[in-house]
Amino acid sequence: MPELKEGCVKPARGPILPAPPPLLAGATPPQEAPKMLARVGKEAIDFEATAFVEGVGFQPVKLSDYKGKWIVLCFYPGDFTFV
Amino acid sequence: MYDEFKALGVVVLSLSTDSRFIHKMWQEYELSKMVKGGVPFPMLSDGGGKIGAIYGVYDEAAGVDIRGRFIIDPDFVIRAMEVLTPEVGRNPKELIRQIKAFQHVVATGEVTPSGWEPGQVTLKPGPALVGRVWEVWKP
Repeated sequence: MPELKEGCVKPARGPILPAPPPLLAGATPPQEAPKMLARVGKEAIDFEATAFVEGVGFQPVKLSDYKGKWIVLCFYPGDFTFV
Repeated sequence: MYDEFKALGVVVLSLSTDSRFIHKMWQEYELSKMVKGGVPFPMLSDGGGKIGAIYGVYDEAAGVDIRGRFIIDPDFVIRAMEVLTPEVGRNPKELIRQIKAFQHVVATGEVTPSGWEPGQVTLKPGPALVGRVWEVWKP
């Protein structure tokens, strides 16, 4: 079996959103649950996640790495279930 | 099926809240027995569902991303989304039909009527078509 890469030593960044406006002095940062931002006809929200890639190993993957191509994103509830 | 995505120049990325380690085990213990060589696309880990939340598919109560799929075009614009509760699996044929339709629309500027399949009649939007769809499109 070829040696697989562990390219995920650093944690992935998750959603990559524009920086929020700077806070006023003494204000506490808001603790809101993240809201749905994805909309059809609007630009996709970029993100970085750690991935397992067959034959490669673990590596960070950024959605914007695939800019310029057609992309299908598939979310599913869990491994070892039907997709 | 994956060959068909490849032929259309489509990148597939899957995401669940499972860790990359679980993805690897799933590939080794199950997927590689269902798909020769294992699934060829990157399997992404959305620990904590942060990405799922932004895409509107994270179920806080269950702590998982439900079935959601998104088509993103080369300009990085979301063209389509479909979100299902977990009990019902998806229809990859319909996904491929939609990709072909979007690719056709982008390439030609035409629009595709309901149920369009490649090779069937398309519509050219504009003043001339108003009130005349019935003449050109006979489903």
